[in-house]
Amino acid sequence: MDVEILARIQFAFTIAFHYIYPPLSIGIGLIMVIMEGLYLKTGNKQYEILTRFWLKIFAITFGIGVATGIIMEFEFGTNWAVYSRYVGDIFGSALAAEGLFAFGLESTFLGILLFGWNRVSPKVHFLSTIMVFLGSMFSAVWIVVANSWQQTPAGYHIVGEGFNARAEVTDFWAMVFNPSSVDRVIHVWQGALLAGAFLVLSVHAYYLLKGRYVEISKKAFKIALAVATIFSLTQLLSGHSSADGVAVNQPAKLAAMEGHYEKSAPADLYLFGWVDNETQEVTGIKLPGGLSFLVHQDFKAPITGLNAFPENERPGQVNAVFQFYHIMISIGMFLIALTLYASFLWWRGTLFDKKWLLHIFAFAVLLPQIANQVGWFAAEMGRQPWIVYGHLRTDEGFSQEVSANQILFSLILFLVVYAVLFLLFIYSVNKKIKHGPYDEAKNPDEFLKYV
Amino acid sequence: METFLGIDYPTLWYLVVGLLFSGYAVLEGFDYGAGSWHLFFKKDLSRRIAINAIGPLWDANQVWLIIGGGALFAGFPVMYATMLSAMYIPFMLFLLLLVLRSSAIKFRSAEKMLWWRKTWDIVYFTSNVLIAFLLGVVLGNILQGFELEENFSYKGGIFFSFLSPYAIMAGFTTLSLFMTQGAIFLLLKTEGRLHARLTFLLKKGMIFFISSFAITSLYTLIFIHGVTDKFKEQPLFFILPILAFLAVANVPRLVSKKKYFQALIFSSLTMAFLLMLVAFQLYPVLLPSTIDPTYSVTIYNAASSQKSLGIMLTMVVVGAPLLAGYLIFLYKTFNGKVQLDDTSY
Repeated sequence: MDVEILARIQFAFTIAFHYIYPPLSIGIGLIMVIMEGLYLKTGNKQYEILTRFWLKIFAITFGIGVATGIIMEFEFGTNWAVYSRYVGDIFGSALAAEGLFAFGLESTFLGILLFGWNRVSPKVHFLSTIMVFLGSMFSAVWIVVANSWQQTPAGYHIVGEGFNARAEVTDFWAMVFNPSSVDRVIHVWQGALLAGAFLVLSVHAYYLLKGRYVEISKKAFKIALAVATIFSLTQLLSGHSSADGVAVNQPAKLAAMEGHYEKSAPADLYLFGWVDNETQEVTGIKLPGGLSFLVHQDFKAPITGLNAFPENERPGQVNAVFQFYHIMISIGMFLIALTLYASFLWWRGTLFDKKWLLHIFAFAVLLPQIANQVGWFAAEMGRQPWIVYGHLRTDEGFSQEVSANQILFSLILFLVVYAVLFLLFIYSVNKKIKHGPYDEAKNPDEFLKYV
Repeated sequence: METFLGIDYPTLWYLVVGLLFSGYAVLEGFDYGAGSWHLFFKKDLSRRIAINAIGPLWDANQVWLIIGGGALFAGFPVMYATMLSAMYIPFMLFLLLLVLRSSAIKFRSAEKMLWWRKTWDIVYFTSNVLIAFLLGVVLGNILQGFELEENFSYKGGIFFSFLSPYAIMAGFTTLSLFMTQGAIFLLLKTEGRLHARLTFLLKKGMIFFISSFAITSLYTLIFIHGVTDKFKEQPLFFILPILAFLAVANVPRLVSKKKYFQALIFSSLTMAFLLMLVAFQLYPVLLPSTIDPTYSVTIYNAASSQKSLGIMLTMVVVGAPLLAGYLIFLYKTFNGKVQLDDTSY
């Protein structure tokens, strides 16, 4: 295999693995802020027990997120040296800002959050929880800004030619608020909050099904359900707004997402389907003119298709982009239906009566994770063949000095180490869940004495 | 070229990056150093205490690496790209070792089985030793220079050529320096028999450091091209190696008086002076080319635009006090000897 493919596989693998963890940290972070805030407000010890329990799981996800994240920061230089020289002026400053303003905040207060229970007052501890949560949210901002600049460059000019060509910043705030960054930051935030909320829902649904920790699990379930319902709905809005932006800024990506080839014609919206890149046809269930309607509020409005672009300036893996995008949307719709129905039962006062619903919640933890992953795959594969949209091609961006064998060597090491790390993660989270927030057999009324 | 206080932006950014990596060396120096003594402690409880001495701090200390890496990428993208792609294997090993080290800290005390803890102890010890060693190896390679042709194109060996004798000596020097730093830090955080054992180990560490440092210095003077020229130009800077030597010589005296915090300051100063020596030696070059000096990466041909450097210098002015505030708060909270409780590793 050649260097470019190997470099892309390695990057995709390391970033996809990394992206299991930070969304969980952000999502659990918000839930912990709510739980600990309720504890301080009501003095109800049950909330403290919940906060301490989720903090244990948070500690593991955060730890693996940081460890795998450091690799990402240096992988641009090792594997994508040409790209790094080209964008350092801009992309580098976003990464540096992330370290200075976000990562510094979360990592310092993490120490107090994890080990400071007996050393600082409850209020200072709560403040640390908030700081860690905010830090992780800010981290997402800078990383997504950097990536969005690759999708929709702004606030820059190109200086030099050939090897010496590079992008230089002309307007910092235009770079930060490039056309896609606000939509995408919000979309990523909400995806992360959903990932965390559904983990909490899953664990407490499991406890409720087993008849363990019933009282505190009902409380935690309701907190997470409120978060999940709100952000499932708002995620639809931000998704729509994001897609509108893609239609304007990256028409080739939008066309790939719906398998739309014709140069300029009304475009359909598929519920699901299969794209044949050879015959340029999509087989599936569709709403004719649906995409035109979503973008222009008119079923007949023309949408730029893939054939409007030269073969070498449009995504190669159209079917993959199509599938990833549609899986994300289907999951999003399912999550809306699920959370709305559960919230309706909550309002009726029968939320915990339906066992089958709790079973669905116990397994639904995987859905936001899958949606987050395939969403990113659609976004990144839809940007191809560009590494910086319209300026630098992916096949020009990799390190020229690095050999295929070197990357193969590191890729195998990553596969081995990450496989072990993933097993450890599953094992230890599972153990913490099985063990539970406290020893129920010994102290069945552990929390009651504090109420 | 724009300047501030008469210093041009690339030079200012060189100072920022230098400060960040000095902070990284001093703080993660005692983390990696403490870990490099791990298997010298025999009892499980001692090992747990040693890990929990850095427990609440190491995540924050690691921030310096993240910001340092970001600052290098942002300010000197050519240096970041050229060095990392040319040093592909050592950096990949370094990154994977960081992952293993973090895992060992998180998972070691999570189970009671003896085999589990022993396995993680070995992983923890080995990764710390190799990380400390590799950092020196990379520094040694930078001092020796890379085979760079026009357009910073790297022509050197790709798999194991980074392990030159000089780089290996530099690796031992950083390892021994970190071990000294780590032993002093642990003295500050422990009591009783572990404390007594560390007093003994620190002496070994100091001997290890002084001998590796002496060999590396001699090696540098004899084999690294142009070292003496630089001192002839600026004899004033000869004070740096002297200060480094005085600072390290002060450590045993302070330790025998049980002034561990001061001892830690002085061993940190040794690191800082040595890094300043390296910085002075290289400036304005970042990565010397062994083929032709005109192909070297310098702070001028590697730098981002004036505009970008200006923006980032502003960020540093805003962000650094914030970061310093967080760190002081954290270190104040966890001041004093290690006390294990139910939240400890």
